[in-house]
Amino acid sequence: MIELYILLIASIGAGIVAVEIKDLLASAISLGIVGFSVAIIFILVQAPDLAIVQIVVEVLTVIIFVAVILKTTHIDTTLENKMEVRDYLTKGVFVIFGIFFLIFSISALKELPEFGKPIMKIASHYLAKGFEEIKAANQVAAVILDFRGYDTLGEATVLFTSVIGVLTILRKIGKKK
Amino acid sequence: MRGMTIIVKTITKLLVGLIFLYGIYIITHGHLTPGGGFAGGVIISASFILLILAFGSEEIKERIGYIYSSIFESIGGLLFVFIALFGLLLGSYFFYNFLPKGKVFMLFSSGIIPLCNVAIGIKVGAGLFAIFLAIAATRFIMKE
Repeated sequence: MIELYILLIASIGAGIVAVEIKDLLASAISLGIVGFSVAIIFILVQAPDLAIVQIVVEVLTVIIFVAVILKTTHIDTTLENKMEVRDYLTKGVFVIFGIFFLIFSISALKELPEFGKPIMKIASHYLAKGFEEIKAANQVAAVILDFRGYDTLGEATVLFTSVIGVLTILRKIGKKK
Repeated sequence: MRGMTIIVKTITKLLVGLIFLYGIYIITHGHLTPGGGFAGGVIISASFILLILAFGSEEIKERIGYIYSSIFESIGGLLFVFIALFGLLLGSYFFYNFLPKGKVFMLFSSGIIPLCNVAIGIKVGAGLFAIFLAIAATRFIMKE
């Protein structure tokens, strides 16, 4: 359990460094630290499939970031801008929203089991009860469309967004010559 | 895009209806057999792509297909969200399974799962077909 907390603290620290540091290359590297510690956490809580995906995505992201930084510039110029009234407003809204989110998430997280502790408990519940409760012969369909409907909605959103992206890049109408 | 030879066209005429029906079967039996909305949608879009690859298409037809596939993709996505929202209206929470469950192994069973599969199938099929049309249209431009 202690290694989970070490990795979480390391990823939070690396995230803060990635936002605040001036050199963009170091920022990209610390973003990589965040991603790889998340991948190790996935392995520790017994989700190796997610860990593989995370490692692939993270390697690609860091390579793309480093390539862009080597082509353009190392120095972050947006850090020393003066704060305007609008910036204070957005930061205030962010802090208020963060406090509300913290309160609600504390009350929601009390209901959940301990982090990473009862491994495969929910899956065994699905296997035991899914057949009588949902009446679907295909248990995979019962899991992805009934128990885990939000996951499928997220997947559909990902597909929708990617289609929109492809159509926007490859469109004919409104393209500048 | 130009079409292919007469052999390919004849075989395509025989096969494309079967492929389309197979996609519909995979979607509607998603709660009984392996498969579901995603797999069936891919098969349906593959039947359309086969038609275009074999018979070829003009630019105007491609544009019409582009518009219709965008409309159908949006309809599928909205249908999925609305099914979930009906659960919020009629039951207690988002994605509530509000329809009667029926018997196991029957076609009309397990509540909203077949409806969700149909919505996802429309969405995935139209979306993949739209991507194919966009890429085909780009190749058309590059040749000119």
